[in-house]
Order: sequence, then structure tokens, then C-alpha cells
Amino acid sequence: MSTSTTDQPERIVAIPLRHPGRNIFAVVVILIVVLFVVDAAFFRPAYDWPAVGKYLFDMRISQAALVTLELTVLAMVGAIVLGTLLAVMRLSPNPVLKSVAWAYLWLFRGTPVYVQLVFWGLLATIYKTISVGVPFTSETLFSWTTQDAISVFWLAVIGLALNEAAYMAEIVRAGMLSVDPGQSEASTALGMSWSQTMRRIVIPQSMRVIIPPTGNEVISMLKTTSLVTAVPLSTDLYTRSRDISAETFNPIPLLIVASIWYLFFTSLLMIGQYFLERRFARGSRFVDVGPGEENPTPLVGATPTAPITAQPGTPTEGRSS
Amino acid sequence: MTEPIASTPMVIADRIVKSFGSHTVLRDISLTVNRGEVVCVIGPSGSGKSTFLRCINHLEKVDGGRLTVDGELIGYRQRGDKIYELKPKEAAAQRKDIGMVFQRFNLFPHLTVLENIMEAPLQVKRQSRAAASARALELLARVGLAEKAKAYPASLSGGQQQRVAIARALAMDPKLMLFDEPTSALDPELVGEVLDVMKQLAKDGMTMIVVTHEMGFAREVADSLVFMDGGVVVERGEPREVLTNPQQDRTKAFLSKVL
Repeated sequence: MSTSTTDQPERIVAIPLRHPGRNIFAVVVILIVVLFVVDAAFFRPAYDWPAVGKYLFDMRISQAALVTLELTVLAMVGAIVLGTLLAVMRLSPNPVLKSVAWAYLWLFRGTPVYVQLVFWGLLATIYKTISVGVPFTSETLFSWTTQDAISVFWLAVIGLALNEAAYMAEIVRAGMLSVDPGQSEASTALGMSWSQTMRRIVIPQSMRVIIPPTGNEVISMLKTTSLVTAVPLSTDLYTRSRDISAETFNPIPLLIVASIWYLFFTSLLMIGQYFLERRFARGSRFVDVGPGEENPTPLVGATPTAPITAQPGTPTEGRSS
Repeated sequence: MTEPIASTPMVIADRIVKSFGSHTVLRDISLTVNRGEVVCVIGPSGSGKSTFLRCINHLEKVDGGRLTVDGELIGYRQRGDKIYELKPKEAAAQRKDIGMVFQRFNLFPHLTVLENIMEAPLQVKRQSRAAASARALELLARVGLAEKAKAYPASLSGGQQQRVAIARALAMDPKLMLFDEPTSALDPELVGEVLDVMKQLAKDGMTMIVVTHEMGFAREVADSLVFMDGGVVVERGEPREVLTNPQQDRTKAFLSKVL
């Protein structure tokens, strides 16, 4: 109060703390990497870089990459839909739905995905025809041989999706449990039904918690598609690379080619995840005060309705200009 | 809607019992609240005040006695001498006419203030977007927050959040409003703005049951004050009378600690 505006407290002008160790360590790391790259580029003929360049954009490979991407997207869409359904079933007040969901998880999480894929491949052996008939009569309306009805590709999609759904169910359930019970209470008190409460209030809020581990699962699924050879589907990226290398007797460059494609896709997926997380961070503490709200009132007191912690990778800066 | 008859009771609680496992929270609660009446409920923590409030809109299932709101048995249907549990849908239909305001606001953080208020009218009453939005803006103006329509709850102060929560409950045009310690989670300087909104609501003739620690509010606004302890109604009377001249020893002991 009494001090004039020119008489401000002295600012500290300090010499910043030096970190010589970090610089030395960085140089060592860079040196090791450079040595490895130079060595790999010029002194290891087994890598066969010209072959890598030749096969990277080979039609057979890029088509196989597309198949892998399709498998991933279709299986994940199926898994997310079924997984959400299973999670809702497990949390529902209905004991029958609860038990069915529990049994599903027990079966599909309890057996290896590779074994499940082999089983799906044998579907046509176990169930030779798929028939739609009139119950309790021998009347048949439609009938297909299983082999004609479902292609190997779709068997792989179904196999991957049903397995993944069991894991997605737990992720979605964890997300729903993370929502403050006061939220469903408030919604119930307003006269909203259980399903409205889930659909409109609980699930949208659980998305913030669901997205990061789901991103993990998508990336994991991209790589799990390499197991579809068990069905057997041979058009995916990994199996196709192995098939080509079996002809050329030169496996290493094709493994590198496949790895580059897998890395390319995972990088794309990580970018997608960043934007999804931003979208579902709406209304959370540090993000986005909404249009027409230029000077948000500073937070006063506890705001228990607001998710307190930001998820890893969630941008914490506002959208303000 | 038929014109309410002034003297008919809105809430009749007749010997209500509620237990959680072996722990009996409400032993024997009988209480009548008339239309347009404002009843404040005070009592030590654990006395069952909040549980009683939650029984009135069937957030908790009553284990014994009869509870009616506007003549309708809550949570059950009686046919002859048999009592049937209501379907979830029927229980939800009863709740939509009973507004509730929570201690911790419980606004929906993923929706804007306006969307918070519009949600139930849209989903439950199937109102048109235009109608729900017009009504929501009107209610926001009433609680003095018209300019916050597009803000998210996290950017509001506690007092503002609670006023939005009141507007959200009013959007369903309830015949009864329940307040569960509406100012207990607020910083002291924000309590007044919420109480002002509640006072206005009382003046407009809303039937209100308010669980509170605000003795000043009870004295000024309530028609009647109820002191609960150990799951029973210990004393009920005119607020000034109960606060200044309590008849029961337990009331005296409690008031000597809080006043």
C-alpha cells in the first residue's frame, strides 16, 4: 500500500543450474545410435536395404497392409459395441444379464486368442450348414453351407472381435465405475430411467477414462491381427510378408517392411487418440470454457462434479486465444 | 393439473422405518407437510435426516410404514391388503414430480449449464428443444445466471453451481422440492446467494423440505422446524419457538452446541 509503484521488490537474477551430466549422456546416446545406424546401413548385408525399398511399396504388401487395417478397424468396432453392451449388462440390476456377461468374460478371457481363432476356422467343420427353420418342425426356410456363408476374412474378424470384447467390457466397466455415483443419483432424481441415465449421463462421462486404454487395445489389436494365420487367413500383412520371404529365402528385409507398416499405422492411431481425448475432455476443469465465455469465473470451493485429474496425454491448456 | 387445495397434505410420512442391513437409520418417523409449507429439518449427523429425504423420492426403499406424496404411495402400490413393488418406470414417473437438490450439486460436468437444465425435460417429458431451452433460460434468469447458459459447470463457483442445480430441478415443474444440505459444501461467502434463491422459491409458494444447518434460514423462512435424532422426530414446532425454547432435552443439548 505505502510503497510507490517504482519501488518494486528486487527480482532475482540467478545463474541457472547447469546439468553437464545430461549433455554428456545425450552425446553418448546419439553416438551409440549413429554407430548402430551406420553399421546397419553399410556393414550388415543381411538387412538387405535395397530389398526393403523394393518391397515396401510392393502391391502385395500394401494390399496386405490394407487387409490388416480392415481387420483391426472391423474387429475393434465390433469389440467396442459388444464390450459396452457387456459392461452395461454387468452393471445392470438384472441378475440374468449380469451372469451372462460374467460367463462370457470367463470363457473369452480364459482361453488364448490363438486357440479361439483356430476354433473359428473349424466352424465349418463343426457346423456344416446354417439353417433358418420353423421351430419344432423339420421345415427349413433358408439354408447355407457354412463355408459359403462366411468367408475366412469374416471368421477372423468375428474371432478377434469376440475375444477383444471381453477386454473392452472391463475397460468400459472401469470407466463407468469411475463416474461419481452422485451423477446417476441426480439423474435418477430427475425421473430419468436407468437406461437413460447410462446412455446420457454415465457413459459420456466415462469416455475420458475409457479412451486411453482403448487406444492401447487398438494398437494391440493391430498387432494381434498377425495371428489370423491360425484361422487360416493368409492375406494380412505379417502372413503375406512371411509368404513372400518363404519364396525369396530372404526373411529379414520383409520383417523390416512389415514393421515399418505396423509403425506407420500405430502412429496414425496415436494421432487419432489425441484428438478423441480432446473431444471428450469437454467440461473438465482446465479445458474449454465454451463459446461466449470469455472470462471464466475462477473456481471457488470444491467442485466435486468436475473430474479432478486430467488423463495422461490430455491437453491441459484452454482454447482461449 | 388441478388447483391444489390449500390445506391438503403434500407429504404424509406415517411410521417410516429404514434399515441398511442390521443398522436401523429411521426407527419411526411420522411427519406431515402441507402444500406450500416450508419445513426445515435439523439434527446431528447420522440422525437420519438425509436418509429420510431420500426416502421421499424413493432413492432409498422404505422398509416400514407408509409414505405418500400428493396422495400417492411412494415406491409401492397397494391393492387390497397386498403391497406390490413399483416397476422402475413407475418409480421414475413418481420422481419426476419431486425435485431434489444435493449437497454436492451433482451437475452433469459434460453438459453446459443450459444443457444440464434441458436434459430431463427433453428426455423424460419429451419436450421440444425450443420449449425446453426457453424454459431453461427463464429459470436461469430467475436464479440470476442468465449469462452463464453456455458455460460448463466446472467454470462456475459453488454457489453458482448450486443455483443451476436448483434451476435444473425446477425445470421439471415439481410439486415438491427436497433440499439435502444445499449450502454445506459452499464457502461461507457463497451461502447467501443460494439461500436467497430458496427464500424466493418459498415466497412463490413451493412446498419445500430442507435439511440444513442454517438456523438463520430456518428461523426466517421455515413454517415449521423439525429436530431429528437417532432416527426419530424428537420435536417439531414453530421455528422461533423450537430454537429459543426447546421442550426436549435432546433438542436443548443439540442447540447448545450449534447456536
